[in-house]
Amino acid sequence: MSIRSGLLILSLVLLPLQIPADEIPALPAETSLSSTADHRKFEQLAGPFHSGPEVTRACLECHTEAALQVHRSIHWTWRFEQPETGQTLGKRFALNNLCQGIAGSYERCSSCHVGYGWEDEHFDFTAQDRVDCLVCHDTTGTYVKFPTGAGHPPYEDTPFRGRLFKAPDLAHVARHVGRSSRETCGTCHFEGGGGDAVKHGDLDSSLLAPPRHVDVHMDPDGLNFSCATCHEFTGHIQQGSRYQLKAAPEAGVAVPGRESDRPACQSCHGTAPHDTGIHNKLNQHAEFIACQTCHVPAIARGGLPTKTLWDWSVAGRRDEQGRPVVEMEDGLVVYDGMKGAFQWEENLVPEYRWFDGNMHYTLLGDPIDPAVPVPVNRPLGEPGQPGARIWPFKIMAGRQPYDTHYNTLLVAHLFGRDENAFWRGYDWDAALASGMATARRTGQTEAGFSGEYGFVDTRMYWPVNHMVAPREDALNCESCHGVDGRLADLPGVYIPGRDRHPWEPFGWLAVWLTLLSVVAHGLGRYLIHRRRMRGAA
Amino acid sequence: MSKVRIFTLFERFWHWAQTILIFGLLFTGLALHGSHGLMAYDTALQVHIVMALSLIGLWAFAIFWHVVTGEWRQYVPTHRGLPAVMMYYAYGIFSGEAKPFVTSPSSKHNPLQRLAYFGFKAAIAPALWVSGLLLLTYVAWKGTFMGDLLPLAWVAYAHVAATFALMVFLIGHIYMASTTGHPWYAYLKSMVTGYQEERK
Repeated sequence: MSIRSGLLILSLVLLPLQIPADEIPALPAETSLSSTADHRKFEQLAGPFHSGPEVTRACLECHTEAALQVHRSIHWTWRFEQPETGQTLGKRFALNNLCQGIAGSYERCSSCHVGYGWEDEHFDFTAQDRVDCLVCHDTTGTYVKFPTGAGHPPYEDTPFRGRLFKAPDLAHVARHVGRSSRETCGTCHFEGGGGDAVKHGDLDSSLLAPPRHVDVHMDPDGLNFSCATCHEFTGHIQQGSRYQLKAAPEAGVAVPGRESDRPACQSCHGTAPHDTGIHNKLNQHAEFIACQTCHVPAIARGGLPTKTLWDWSVAGRRDEQGRPVVEMEDGLVVYDGMKGAFQWEENLVPEYRWFDGNMHYTLLGDPIDPAVPVPVNRPLGEPGQPGARIWPFKIMAGRQPYDTHYNTLLVAHLFGRDENAFWRGYDWDAALASGMATARRTGQTEAGFSGEYGFVDTRMYWPVNHMVAPREDALNCESCHGVDGRLADLPGVYIPGRDRHPWEPFGWLAVWLTLLSVVAHGLGRYLIHRRRMRGAA
Repeated sequence: MSKVRIFTLFERFWHWAQTILIFGLLFTGLALHGSHGLMAYDTALQVHIVMALSLIGLWAFAIFWHVVTGEWRQYVPTHRGLPAVMMYYAYGIFSGEAKPFVTSPSSKHNPLQRLAYFGFKAAIAPALWVSGLLLLTYVAWKGTFMGDLLPLAWVAYAHVAATFALMVFLIGHIYMASTTGHPWYAYLKSMVTGYQEERK
């Protein structure tokens, strides 16, 4: 074979590799590389759709098991069996000191249910087409549930309390589904308690695009985490619970195939994340102090104040036209005839309690002592108990109805089309009787309502977990190791700098007396010496 | 006047190194206790630990030195001459009486000093060491039977109580050792130079 023919063969072999760069087929600009399916190409999603369930039925044609997965999620059941306390919790059973509870007010409350049509106690929790796929998977930002639509979006443009809710183009939304995002989670979790930032203090719309100092993980210019980065979902079930937290995770950094402690900080940072230095005190502290205690120095840091007091006892004031009176201060509602009086706080310093991750609730029918503020829930955990940590809480103050005869908390029927609803008839007797009757009918409680009611001060503990600050903004030692530090009232632990033996003043007395003695002794010597000198002269 | 060497180089080094460490420990310790806020807590803790370990190391060597040289005998308390010295400080020092004790290399401390230094070495210092080491190593023993028997607060109270005893000792020691010689600064000077000028 000649050299020429050899080169020819070589050039034929190499030919396929010699495509100029500009001939490499370009990717379609709009293809989402994070998914293998382009929902715009699906015939099933061509629409038009006239209702949410219609969209869901289309989704289920391909995602055959999705609804059944969602049916197992607390986002659907609103029910949680707390294994440690044996209590049945979740929004269907637990109370709070914001809107009290859901009994009778389903149409309003279920605007944050991952379903369609929970308008009364007859909702079918086994219906697959009642699952709302779009509320979590919308990427257009146009899908919204109507506040009083029992979980449905507005099907035509509808105003509500001065704001217009535009009907979403369901087919468009369906063709643009994607992963959950802070926007989708936030439509409910940032709005808890009836408005932005109201309930949690560490969850509000500032987390949509927080600067680094507000949330070091969610800063779009930094790590840019979404909620589900930590609250990992498997089969539509998320990691993380407010009723039972992983207070003392021990699995360490999450490794595929092993137990994961997500969303606990330790699942990424490990159990000894601090530089050891010469004393390793920070890592030792991490064995009995939650990361959040030092690394979330304050909540409501994103410019939105959170509600710290909700007093139902003064609700009901209306103007001449019968409309509820609303009073504002500094742009915040401090009185609303529908709801009562409010207080708000920004940059709220949390309070600290021992916490083993288990929350105990005061449920309907549980006896209360109205002489002291009633804990609607309380963190369990004793000082020094293995697994218990010092944890930050937003403590929400409330004043809410209770049965003065049975000494139990009550739930009022707030929203509804009938006159029993407090927001229609403004009659506590009727609203409480109706709310409690519904709660009994639905199996939420067996407790009765005597017909006698009053208002009792309540407290609710919201564990602080979000708005993690950058390390330079974490608390320093003095924040707690001092006389008036943040843990000034925390029992069950000796804190250097804070604690003193009651006899310590005697120690100082001894020191001062000794000092006084030597000064007197020295002065005496000096004076006598001077007199002798003068005498000698 | 003739000069007598009272304190060896090691003794002087030991004394002044202790001075620095003890005052540093006192300052940082009071910061940790919350008695003053002149130093950042974290800094105070680090300095306190480093100085405490240094002092323990220094003491370990000093004990070795005293055993080997036999100088430990200087610190054995005696009642002989004690009432006279006490009377001197209570009365005679004012009236200009001669001190009923003469310092010499074989007997560097008067009976009152012996008693005070013995109390410091046998009671105050060990109380500080032991409680301090327990505080430093708390994490290691809190999970054992010791943790059940000994609340952390008690250890801390003991450490603070010993600190008060230390402060009382220091005030008395500094006053007497630096102002009651002839001339008044004579003892202080001898602790610097090692020599004492004998009055003939």
